[in-house]
Amino acid sequence: MRPFDYVRAETREEAHRTDGRIIAGGTNLLDLMKLQVETPERLLDVTRLDLHEIEEAENSVRIGALVTNSELAAHPLIRERYGVLSRALLAGASGQLRNKATTGGNLMQRTRCPYFYDTTQPCNKREPGSGCQAIGGVNRILAILGTSEHCIATHPSDMAVAMRALDARIEIETPSGDLRVLTLDEFYCLPGDTPHIETVLEPGELIVAVHLPEPPKGRQTYRKVRDRSSYAFALVSVGAAIEVENGKIASAAMAFGGLGPRPWRDQAVEEMLIGETPSQAVFEKAADTLLADAKGQGENDFKIPLTRRVVVSVLSELTGVSQ
Amino acid sequence: MTEHLKMDEVQPRLLDETGQGAITRPSPRPEGPLKVSGRATYAAEWKADQMANGVMVRAGITKGSFSIDKASVENMEGFLGVYTDRLVRNAAQGTMNTNPAQIGDKVQYLGQPIAVVVAETFEQARDIAARLKIDYTVDDDAVPGPEAATEVKDKKNPVDIGDLDKAMSDAACSVDVEYTTKGHNSAAMEPHASLAVWDGDKLTVRSSLQMLGYNRNELADSLGIDAENVRLLSPYVGGGFGSKLGISPEGVAASVAARELGRPVRVVLTRNNVFEAVVRRTETRQRVRISLDADNKITGIGHENWQSNLPKEPFAEPIDAATHFLYGGENRRYGQHVAIVNRSAAGSVRAPGEAVGMLALENAVDELAEKAGIDPIDLRILNIPEVHPENGNQYSARSLADALRQGADKFGWADRKGPKERREGDWFIGMGVAAAARTNILQESKARVTLNPDGTALVETDMTDIGTGTYSILGLIAAEMLGLPTEKVTVELGDTDLPKASGSGGSWGAASSGSSVFLGAKGIRKVLAERLGCAPEELRLQDGVATGGNNRRPLADLMDGPIAEIGHIEPGKFSDEMAQAGYGAHFAEVAVNAVTGEVRVRRMLSAMAAGRILNEQTARSQVWGGQIWGIGTALTEGLDHDPRTGHLVNNDLAEYHVPVNLDVPDLDVIFVEERDDHANPIQIKGIGELGLSGAGAAVTNAIYNACGVRVRDYPATPDRIFPYL
Repeated sequence: MRPFDYVRAETREEAHRTDGRIIAGGTNLLDLMKLQVETPERLLDVTRLDLHEIEEAENSVRIGALVTNSELAAHPLIRERYGVLSRALLAGASGQLRNKATTGGNLMQRTRCPYFYDTTQPCNKREPGSGCQAIGGVNRILAILGTSEHCIATHPSDMAVAMRALDARIEIETPSGDLRVLTLDEFYCLPGDTPHIETVLEPGELIVAVHLPEPPKGRQTYRKVRDRSSYAFALVSVGAAIEVENGKIASAAMAFGGLGPRPWRDQAVEEMLIGETPSQAVFEKAADTLLADAKGQGENDFKIPLTRRVVVSVLSELTGVSQ
Repeated sequence: MTEHLKMDEVQPRLLDETGQGAITRPSPRPEGPLKVSGRATYAAEWKADQMANGVMVRAGITKGSFSIDKASVENMEGFLGVYTDRLVRNAAQGTMNTNPAQIGDKVQYLGQPIAVVVAETFEQARDIAARLKIDYTVDDDAVPGPEAATEVKDKKNPVDIGDLDKAMSDAACSVDVEYTTKGHNSAAMEPHASLAVWDGDKLTVRSSLQMLGYNRNELADSLGIDAENVRLLSPYVGGGFGSKLGISPEGVAASVAARELGRPVRVVLTRNNVFEAVVRRTETRQRVRISLDADNKITGIGHENWQSNLPKEPFAEPIDAATHFLYGGENRRYGQHVAIVNRSAAGSVRAPGEAVGMLALENAVDELAEKAGIDPIDLRILNIPEVHPENGNQYSARSLADALRQGADKFGWADRKGPKERREGDWFIGMGVAAAARTNILQESKARVTLNPDGTALVETDMTDIGTGTYSILGLIAAEMLGLPTEKVTVELGDTDLPKASGSGGSWGAASSGSSVFLGAKGIRKVLAERLGCAPEELRLQDGVATGGNNRRPLADLMDGPIAEIGHIEPGKFSDEMAQAGYGAHFAEVAVNAVTGEVRVRRMLSAMAAGRILNEQTARSQVWGGQIWGIGTALTEGLDHDPRTGHLVNNDLAEYHVPVNLDVPDLDVIFVEERDDHANPIQIKGIGELGLSGAGAAVTNAIYNACGVRVRDYPATPDRIFPYL
């Protein structure tokens, strides 16, 4: 870890006008600093800001950026209406980490690609232009969708997958005090040839809340496939909400973790499902749509057939079709 | 005085006669409260006046040479020095006794420690180490993995008895299967750490080590000094599993830096260092052949293996260790091929040999039983040989059949169904069994036992307790022999100034150091018997009172001062002339997800036959550890090396997956009643590694029984199962 300055913002105004790498729970940033993957000269602690509330507003919920993962998972509103989110949160990390990790910080956490973590290795995300060692290397847990020749990292969050399925909006306050409201797809950048740029967040901007719109109709679930029962990143995860009406799929929302550089959602999959009578064949077609552009990297080729199986299984469960 | 015994004769079962009641029953470890309240001070927690802190520098290339640009960091705050001379590239192999400085200016694997940076604080040293400029000259002939090896060392004169090919072609039923296992890391909870303090030419090092007698010689060899000038202290060790058998790089580095600086230096390995600079278990490829005749008797058995190591490492994993003696068959063939690679050094990791060799062997037996249409337990019992099938030696106590039967009974083996015949929701349920076997070893060991007139006793030896329960069992043996309540006995360990013990490794610690304490106490009993006026066999000691020859006296009346005796055990002819091993049977019930191939172990039971059990509580903990390790071996653990560089990619506990609590179900352990009269004078056998040997195979055999998929490449992650469901 390099020596750094530490300042604490007491107000949002102060936070906007202070340079520094924002720290809240620090569950990811501190690890990266110890390894010198990140070497901020100044940390800006925002944990004293007034962003700790979960508020209910007309059929929607506004989650303060500093609400911890544990608080969020346990909140009655979330458990009652947004079960997919509660389940996703509890599928992530460990109890200790969830007690520290915040909503905003979780959105900002960085990839778990092992080459990103080792400073002796090339990594375009850590050191632009140095190359991607994960391509052709140990890449079993890495991405199959949305990758580029420069980076095949995944976004590691479970929470963000559920939020993507729930059409969450990220509220960002600009230095002038305006609010920018973005979907997760708008918030996260695909790697292209700039994998070091992960979000559209500008200097001085602050994530202040995540807004969940009216809960989706129908049934929700979060399914995470992983190498051990807990404390492992997703090989593939699915956050889904499906409504069946009069024997037809009336609405569908599906987001995926472990597959791409951001929580992955594909509108074409949902459009394909809506109006269909649930069946194995329909579900397989949905999986085909999702995976049409999937690209394995060798060790992670298995994610393609695994995702197909999980998609079919989750859709069967939510629509009551027996496999 | 010294009570010496060379294990050439069967000894009376004195511990069945003593009657104090200290041993066998469950007994909590005496140092437990210190450990759980943070009062047991581990190596990295010590401080010394003027202490400086060192951090190891990792090599960023696979093979070549390097030079350090000291000027790049010497103006940084807190900088005290950077040293490369006399360092070692990896931990010494177990029981080597030597450890010549190895590094010079050469890199032989990515992540190798090549220098130690020393600064006033740990944080400064870590920053300086990260920013130190290193110039590399890269060699273009690096060997990143076994596939690319140009040099393969074959075992000279491997066993080849009879004609295995003919046995296979004549067989009524046979299997010829290949298995692979990835490398493993011990991943002990306490990282390796050393604090070196020089006083003139005397060096004292607080470290975390398993075998102090050897380690002292190894450190002296690295430094080029007389071993008499080295004192090592390791009273508490937070897990070893082989990774602390030999002196490790930070111990040498701390000593070198402290000598150069003239100040005490502490070096703690980071978790990444632990994965890279301490020995790994080799990855393996194994071919197992077994042939059966029409009566389901094994006629032939073959076990050939391929593994890897760094250049100049004198270690090969004895993968076929248990295959030599577990089952009969007159035609037998083995082979061992060690590819020389530029990867971190391979060495002893818990149950070297059996831990991975018995996965293949016991999977193959399961496949064979299925093919032959016989219950796998029956097949095993049917093929227990009369005498050692390769050298004709008699077996010492061997309760393998009892363990299989008792385990099967308690586990409910009779309820086992066939593949995919039992399903709960999305989960297929199945049961598996595997035999356990681990060679039993006795090593020379000494201890001093002192009985005081106030009814207390002291046990002193440079033995270590690596979490196994040594403090407990040595105290219990002394209490039992001297007729004292257990709390009256104090045990002092982990100091090379004390009588030299076997050290902890190879599951021989309890048998070897336990026998030395037994002998020391036996020497005291002789003195007391003489003073009481009875024969030693007549003497009865209980709760501080001596009885014998119609006399009954409090101990204090027989003593005018402390009585101290050295106990000294040496292995004898039984080590060569008897086939000695602990045995057992592991049972597992697993659930396999029909969609994803995820496996969850639902329950496990291990029936262990390891001679007399000294403390059921610590013995059970040992077996739990083995079962859990077996779950990890079967399902999650594996070192991943980059195929192009040999770089150990998953070098931390986030990505190297040991089982978490949720992976570990109810674990049941039963001990089969047994005494091994040929093993040692206390009739015990090692249990630490026995609990692991075969455990993973029970899990993978259960996977097959659940869902019909044979996993032959470990670990059994979902991607190795779901495609076949």
